[in-house]
Amino acid sequence: MELEQVVIAFQKKDKAAFEQLYSMYKQSLFGVIYGIVKDDALAEEVLNDVFVKAWKKSHQYTAKKGRIFTWLLNISRNAAIDKVRSKSYRNSKKNLDSSIFVNIIETHDKTAQHIDIQYVKSVLQTLKEKCISVLELIYFKGYTQREVSEELEIPLGTVKTRNRNCVKELREMLVGA
Amino acid sequence: MTAEELNISGLLELYVAGVLSEKENVEITELIAGNAELQAEVVEIENAIRKLTSSVAPHEAKSFNQIQNQLIDSEPEEEHRIQPTEKTGTPWISYLGWAASFLLGAAFLYQLTQTNVLKEQNAQLESQNDLLVQQVSSKTADLQQVNDFIEFTNQDGIIQVPLDGQANFNNTYARVFWDQTRDQVYIDASGLPEPPEGKEYQVWSLALNPLSPTSIGMLNNFTDGNKIFVLDNANPSQAFGITLEPTGGSESPTMEQLYTLGVV
Repeated sequence: MELEQVVIAFQKKDKAAFEQLYSMYKQSLFGVIYGIVKDDALAEEVLNDVFVKAWKKSHQYTAKKGRIFTWLLNISRNAAIDKVRSKSYRNSKKNLDSSIFVNIIETHDKTAQHIDIQYVKSVLQTLKEKCISVLELIYFKGYTQREVSEELEIPLGTVKTRNRNCVKELREMLVGA
Repeated sequence: MTAEELNISGLLELYVAGVLSEKENVEITELIAGNAELQAEVVEIENAIRKLTSSVAPHEAKSFNQIQNQLIDSEPEEEHRIQPTEKTGTPWISYLGWAASFLLGAAFLYQLTQTNVLKEQNAQLESQNDLLVQQVSSKTADLQQVNDFIEFTNQDGIIQVPLDGQANFNNTYARVFWDQTRDQVYIDASGLPEPPEGKEYQVWSLALNPLSPTSIGMLNNFTDGNKIFVLDNANPSQAFGITLEPTGGSESPTMEQLYTLGVV
């Protein structure tokens, strides 16, 4: 079934279609959420909430405003950021300033990962520092061009070009992954 | 924007990230819809980002079965929650809403009125302030003149000539301070009444034998300030007199209107 049909079926509360979307996107969204909350159990809880919410609010998605992945990505980011801002989280005193990738690439138990994930990680390690920061802000934290420009102190016009070049580089490195 | 321009613009990457405005998203979706190449490009970008983000996941996420139970649990609960709210909750919530908006509107109007009142008060205070500034400046000038006058009268060689009230005006008076070295006279006219509309006081220097008056000037703007006037006088004066004349002065004094007179 084409993705478009899967999405239409999902909006009609077809569980099989929802399962298909879940399998497609759960790892990616788990990664985004984990990147923000930096806690395994908490990230699982947020991911769970995100999909339950997506199921309940499936009627709110409209294809003309963007892809289903992007819709889910936005819900995930917002839920993770809300969690980080919550009082209970703040009391746990996590270090939110540390880079998403650097810690994660270094600390995970490599034997537990799939081979292709290992490959992506090795690719990430070869990505330029400036790519890491721009990808992190845009795809994980959902920063707009203006926010990235302010955060990294680079001209507004550079953000779009740099992001495109970095995604391009990533794609080239990932061929066959 | 053409499909080619869009392809290389970097906007597709941001479109997938979900960080563009709703308007931009709709425009891009429309452009992509009719273009297989752009569609493929977007899918490629999405796949790369999915791999990138997946690499951060600490381990395999839960299976669908584990969340499926929650979907079943949540469905009836949600339906039950919504329906009663619609039936029983609507009237008073709606009234409350109307009441709240009415209060808000009333509060807004009140604030608007208050703002206008304050603006008016502010304008009034500003003009009062301007007036006071003018008054202070005018008083300062007057004071300066008085100081000059005192300084002038304290000098040696100043001839003081009291002018007494004449005939019908015997309750009036004036004083002349004559500095012969500078050919200047100070007139203290504080004992003269305000001249009527269209009239002004004129000061005369008089020679007595034979009696010949010479005008030395008008007491202009009599009502303003402190009634001290400075005039030039290079005449060999033997007496000074002040008459009331039509505005601008006369060639010779109107004797019926001689207010004060004094001999040096």
